[in-house]
Amino acid sequence: MPHDVATPAETELNVAVLVSVGRHPLTARARRADQDARAVEMALTLPDADVRLIHAGRHDDDSDSALRGYLGMGLASIGLLEQPSGADVVPALAAVLRDASPQLVLTGARAETGEGSGLLPYLLADWLGWPIVTGLAAVESVEHGMATVLQALPRGQRRRLRVRLPAIATVESSAPAARQSAFGPARRGGFDPETRDGVRDDALSEWHVQPARKRPKRLKIVKAASARDRFKAAAAKAQGGGGQVLEGATPEQGAEAIFKLLEEEGVVRRS
Amino acid sequence: MSDIVRRDPRREWIARNRLHPEHLAVRVDPHGTASPSEWPGPNGLTRRNPRAVGFIGPNGIKRIDRSGAQQAATQSGGRQAQPKDTRRRVDIDAPDFLVAVVPDMPGGRLSSHDRDLLGMARQLADADPERPGAVLAVVFVEPREAAFDEAGIDRLLSLGGAGEDGGGDARFDGYAPEARVAALQAVERELAPRHWLLPDSALGGADLGRRLAVRLGERPATQVWQIEADAVSETDWRCIARGAAGGTDMTRPLPRVAMALAECAEPVSETRHAARPVELTQGPPQVLARIEDLGAVAVDPAGVALGEAEFILSAGNGVKDWEAYHRAARILGATEGASRVAVDDGFMPRDRQVGATGTWVTARVYVAVGISGAIQHLQGIQSCEKVVAINLDGGCDMVKRADLAVIGDAGEILAALVAMVERYREQQQENRDAA
Repeated sequence: MPHDVATPAETELNVAVLVSVGRHPLTARARRADQDARAVEMALTLPDADVRLIHAGRHDDDSDSALRGYLGMGLASIGLLEQPSGADVVPALAAVLRDASPQLVLTGARAETGEGSGLLPYLLADWLGWPIVTGLAAVESVEHGMATVLQALPRGQRRRLRVRLPAIATVESSAPAARQSAFGPARRGGFDPETRDGVRDDALSEWHVQPARKRPKRLKIVKAASARDRFKAAAAKAQGGGGQVLEGATPEQGAEAIFKLLEEEGVVRRS
Repeated sequence: MSDIVRRDPRREWIARNRLHPEHLAVRVDPHGTASPSEWPGPNGLTRRNPRAVGFIGPNGIKRIDRSGAQQAATQSGGRQAQPKDTRRRVDIDAPDFLVAVVPDMPGGRLSSHDRDLLGMARQLADADPERPGAVLAVVFVEPREAAFDEAGIDRLLSLGGAGEDGGGDARFDGYAPEARVAALQAVERELAPRHWLLPDSALGGADLGRRLAVRLGERPATQVWQIEADAVSETDWRCIARGAAGGTDMTRPLPRVAMALAECAEPVSETRHAARPVELTQGPPQVLARIEDLGAVAVDPAGVALGEAEFILSAGNGVKDWEAYHRAARILGATEGASRVAVDDGFMPRDRQVGATGTWVTARVYVAVGISGAIQHLQGIQSCEKVVAINLDGGCDMVKRADLAVIGDAGEILAALVAMVERYREQQQENRDAA
């Protein structure tokens, strides 16, 4: 992209990051949510980006310190939509995003408190009619209203996608780790409160919520007709699983058999 | 093989007559059965000679092998050769309702997560024996070795892969969530399943299920790990779902769309189902794709953590030329692993050690070069799908575990393999240049 000819207004990428209040898995104290912090980190590392943070929820002492965790990453302020506890924040967020019309919305894949279903970005995408990309690992380039991004797949693999802007992208723990939060900027940062009407989430209050209990471990059930089969199943060691053994073959034949298996499994790349 | 017992009176007579010229040959196996200690008597009763049981061991002591290994080896393809498939066959002609399942099928096979999910779908479908439901599987990839009937699928809607016109539907290949959701919406319009179940897996079900739920206007249950019948709820079912990043359990009525975790139910094992193919009357609709898949990106395999690497080339004591081994790993594009001996001897770093004391790997393909397979190492590769062993010793434990074992010198075989891969790449390059 020719940086020198374009005016700043054209190159500037308008990015909104939706942040939430997280919960430490051990101490259960409020903190900045891990995935959201990664989303902020990704937005801050984008070149020529105008980053804006939006939080929808209650603002009290607990959440204040958690939200200041985001401010400590080097931001001047957070847009704050005050919502009552247990409210459905999708309508308010959708309205704010429609007004602000950012080109890219980044957020964590799921919240660390509440239902934590990870449905919010999908609902927002549906309300706004924008495409949504999940599991973002990096934003490679943004030009001509299209963003080229890397999507993280399981097993450390990456996939390159091109998505039309404006778009919503979610960030999981495969994204680069968030920078530390500095105390000074966190104290200096401020909140831009904005009032939107909250919608009560009635269904959530009807559900029975309790601390997670340990899931029962699956038992190994042996369905055997005879005592011999049961004994064999209980005393199973490295059993010969009907594998093919090539004995007395030349190295070329052996290599060919291995290559055939690797090709069938699709692990040998073309280039 | 017929089960009719046939006696041979002449053979029995020879066995009784010690002066018969064929007596010695017949005495070894007087009844013409596989084992000399058991034969069908004249009235159909099984007769046993306890003195003929067992064999004389190397020390001259009689040994009786009760593990069955000896017997299985000596049994020819006779009456007891094949264990009969005792699973009940189920074919539901006119189902009362449908339970739609969209399995991930990574690599074209049903994963264990998919099987668990199908087990849950069967729970929903078989709850009322008077009015059975059918499990409909919507498959977007070309199945490779799909045991759909064993997994409990009654109806199979195959949308991807090679279609009937031969060309298949390339729209669903790669990352195409928009096209897939549009197809699922078409399924919803035509077949109107009562439940939608998807695996809550990062590979695809989690993303697709949330998109589908939003499109259908349903509030889905995510991370479901148990369902129970519940007469009070509207859907007759309630589910327990994880919430708050695994911190809470939420008990709620089961909605129409649910995404379930692995081990949410027992997979189907006692029945075989019809897996009848079904088709949509109208093909899935064309959608404007706003997300374009530009294909996989080459990742440095050395940078991938060993625990989540897909393809591992692991070296042990049998590797002598380490330079050649590293080169082979680089050219094959494999992540390097090692056995404990190789690490202790200083040839490989400690973070590359596979096994109980190192990393438990989950690779799809694991190539063990010169590793004999200590039990700690075999524990570490328990969840690998395909294991290839290259070893000099044909009797080692790794060869027994391996799906493909090549007995020979590791260095030579690796060199041949590298040469073959390089030749293959050159051919591919030439083909691309020619095209």
